[in-house]
Amino acid sequence: MLTQLTDRDWLWIAAEFYLVGFLVGTWSLMRGGKPSNFLMNGIIFAGYLIQLTGLYFRGMAVGGCPLGNTFELFQFTAWSATTLYLVVGVTFRSSMLGFFTASLSASLTLTSLLIPAWDATRREHIFGGNAWIEFHAAFALFSYGVFALLALTASMLLLRNYSLKSKRLGGWFSFLPSIRDLDLISVRLLGTGVSIMTVSLAVGSMYWMRDTESVNAFKLILTVAIWAAYALTLSKRLRGKLISTRFAWTCIVLFVIALASLGPVNSSRPPEPPVIGS
Amino acid sequence: MNTSEKQRAGLFVLGATHHNAPLEVREKLSVSESANEQLHLKLSNLSTLREFSILNTCNRIEFYGVAETEETIRQIQQLFCEQQDFAEDEFAKICLSIRDFDAVQHLLSVASGLDSQLIGETEIFGQIKDSYAQAQERKSAGPVLNKVFQKAFQTAKHVRTNTAITSGQVSVANVAVDLANSIFGELTDTRILLLGAGEIGEKAARAFKSRGAGSITVSSRHLERAMKLASALDATALPFELREGHIVDFDIIVCSTAAPGSIISISAVKKALTRRSARPLFLIDLAMPRDIDFRVGDLPNTYLYNLDDLAAIAEENRSARESEIDKCQLIIAERAETLWKQTESRL
Repeated sequence: MLTQLTDRDWLWIAAEFYLVGFLVGTWSLMRGGKPSNFLMNGIIFAGYLIQLTGLYFRGMAVGGCPLGNTFELFQFTAWSATTLYLVVGVTFRSSMLGFFTASLSASLTLTSLLIPAWDATRREHIFGGNAWIEFHAAFALFSYGVFALLALTASMLLLRNYSLKSKRLGGWFSFLPSIRDLDLISVRLLGTGVSIMTVSLAVGSMYWMRDTESVNAFKLILTVAIWAAYALTLSKRLRGKLISTRFAWTCIVLFVIALASLGPVNSSRPPEPPVIGS
Repeated sequence: MNTSEKQRAGLFVLGATHHNAPLEVREKLSVSESANEQLHLKLSNLSTLREFSILNTCNRIEFYGVAETEETIRQIQQLFCEQQDFAEDEFAKICLSIRDFDAVQHLLSVASGLDSQLIGETEIFGQIKDSYAQAQERKSAGPVLNKVFQKAFQTAKHVRTNTAITSGQVSVANVAVDLANSIFGELTDTRILLLGAGEIGEKAARAFKSRGAGSITVSSRHLERAMKLASALDATALPFELREGHIVDFDIIVCSTAAPGSIISISAVKKALTRRSARPLFLIDLAMPRDIDFRVGDLPNTYLYNLDDLAAIAEENRSARESEIDKCQLIIAERAETLWKQTESRL
């Protein structure tokens, strides 16, 4: 039976796991308890493995990293954020970050699955068999996953700040990590995201400089603008010029812009004949 | 009392607690370490007292034991009152004297913190453990007390894990420390400035110290008082007039002076914030009238709590704990019943 599942079927199951994570966390919080770390991480890990399977089949079908349409970009971003959560987030001693990650991954994957137009056409071999270009694209998208997790920790920082300022400390606010811990992890995530994106742009630029004709100016400008905005945010934060809630809001707004840019960037690619109907 | 009652062996609790004995009475009943040893020796000589353990805390003096007759329990009371130079008839008016199932249930409640003045406090658990360890060491604990105490510890852990009876702090000083944890996480590298050398400030400073605060600096309008308190807290002292210029150096500022007006102005905090890194600033105003300009609370990355705020949180936590009492009592009653069934046959 499992062999009959399509890549989208796998991705639907993965999205449902993330949704279950979100619902279990919400149920725990509504009962006045904290989501169980073990349960939350178990659900996220199961969803992650299933999503990985779905992306693997999609990758096999398109002959490369599945980054050929908006659906795939959203799926890959959610997968990257979950990867990073499972690598570093689980050590964060807060099941709340797991709950937030499950919520984000469920939103991104379900949205991408519920809009059929985003996956109406697929492109095969979009990297022309060039492993470095594929590496550049995958790394760029992975940095978006890092920024997604950063948006989550920034949201948690805003919630913690709100609870302390408004003196509402009970209920689920009490499960949030401290302001300082959230700030520290946010700075680390920002540094990691900017570094990964820098490497991605550096690799990409080596090919653009050789073949300027192939460069899509709109995509280049937008990507560099997002990288510059994040780099500037990191620089201002490290110099203490952008701190606390203003820093958190900046991280959230930048991620919304970065996410919104995925669609236009993808559609700005030179037209290629759709090879696989959805 | 008939003969059969007099000769029946039974588990008992005899003592006085904060429920019936006011502080001045508990002071007279409190047993020093050396007196405890003497009392232990005297009780060991009672041939009809099979097992016993003495629980002596600031809120209770209680004898747990297995006696062969009711007369034995009366003898314990007599020996204790003699030693403490306390009138026996007065003790009879305030004493707690319960038997068998009720005694088991009482121990389980005490160990779980349900019988404490601050409901849900966990210090009592350690105190019972100590008294039991002492009884074991002196060989006054036998099969019945071993069973009952060990089950009491298990029950207390179960209650703590499965209910919210210990959640949230219920004293102003500990609420302040919890808030600091919500802002800074671990307190090991936090720097605390204590403004005012009064009792309330000292309590707060001690609470911070006990939870691992990095360093404490004391400043008072009377430098000698600041130095005295600093020495007691293993802290340093700062001249009062330098306080505002040094805000930048601290993460947590606790104010509890009797100054008639504000001693921390918004302009001083604003100035400090421009020179600080991204570290938040936590200001605790325990003074009446307030020591800190209330507008400071509106500044970014700055958290200001006054006495009313902290008291409200403590009260909220206390209510939350009280709302868990029924749940705890249900667990305790169930476990006490099982335990009593297992214990009865050993008597």
